[in-house]
Amino acid sequence: MSKFKKKQAETKQAVPTSAMPDVVFMLLIFFMVTTVLREVELQVQVEYAQAENIEKIEQKRLVSYIYIGPQRLGNNRLGETKVQIDDTLVDDMGAIRNIMYDKIMEEPRLIVSLRVDQDSEFGIITDVQQELRHAGTLRINYSTLREI
Amino acid sequence: MLDKKRKKEEPEINGSSLADIAFLLLIFFLVVTTIDVDAGIGLVLPPIPDETTPPPPVRDRNLLNILVDAQGRVLMDGDIAVISEVRERVKDFVDNPNDRPDLSESPDDAVVSIKTDRRTPYNVYINMLDEVMGAYAELRNQASQARFGVPYDSLEDDSVEQDEINELFPKRISIAEPDEG
Repeated sequence: MSKFKKKQAETKQAVPTSAMPDVVFMLLIFFMVTTVLREVELQVQVEYAQAENIEKIEQKRLVSYIYIGPQRLGNNRLGETKVQIDDTLVDDMGAIRNIMYDKIMEEPRLIVSLRVDQDSEFGIITDVQQELRHAGTLRINYSTLREI
Repeated sequence: MLDKKRKKEEPEINGSSLADIAFLLLIFFLVVTTIDVDAGIGLVLPPIPDETTPPPPVRDRNLLNILVDAQGRVLMDGDIAVISEVRERVKDFVDNPNDRPDLSESPDDAVVSIKTDRRTPYNVYINMLDEVMGAYAELRNQASQARFGVPYDSLEDDSVEQDEINELFPKRISIAEPDEG
């Protein structure tokens, strides 16, 4: 009896933690791979509209974003509705054509994601869409949130 | 004696803090990562019409005009509709189960043309487009259920079955040419 007890006391109760760094590294590598670091600094305010019948874009590499919304002026003030591509505001609508043309030359399967503030008027989007049509970037996607 | 002691010490870097370093990096990437799913309503814009070749003629009955005006009202073929009506009307128009002479000949011929005003509110447009997409999604789902007994969503991408359904109900959504000025 006493012999049995002694034996049990001798077994180590500690969980081996030597594999923990490996696990953590695995997680780390996963997040490093999935992270998209180059997030543009938004100069326009965008609040997404909501929709039910949405499709996901699986290949993020194909996506190019156009942001449309009221310009942020600081002190929480909002200005005119502007168009932002990458990191700059585009004042001249005609420039969109050249920018998008260059992009579609690099990636023929380009999808343009229009991230438009829900309180915008459609006129400016019509202008952008006309430019996209001239550039030949015909696949677009109106970015929306899932309606709950 | 001194020599002997030195021999016993194995040169070894302490690896116990490796986990801490990795955790720190992990937390950094966790914070920085934005897992925002890119989702939205996909659409293909019509190419700029060629001046030499006229656009292909579309018979009047195969065309459903949806206009969203500056006040955010939805007009379908001229008469005002509520957003919630849009889905049923598009479904009726595309599928035309009763073979009415004023609705499309076949789902393959049906074209939904969307027109907007410069002052159309964007969220009304999105809601309307959502309903149109919903109508097509329902039709495709029904067809998939009837043919394969599974919902459309569970069909594999680019599979034969999915292509078949897509061919049966192609999304022909056209953005009308904007008015000048």
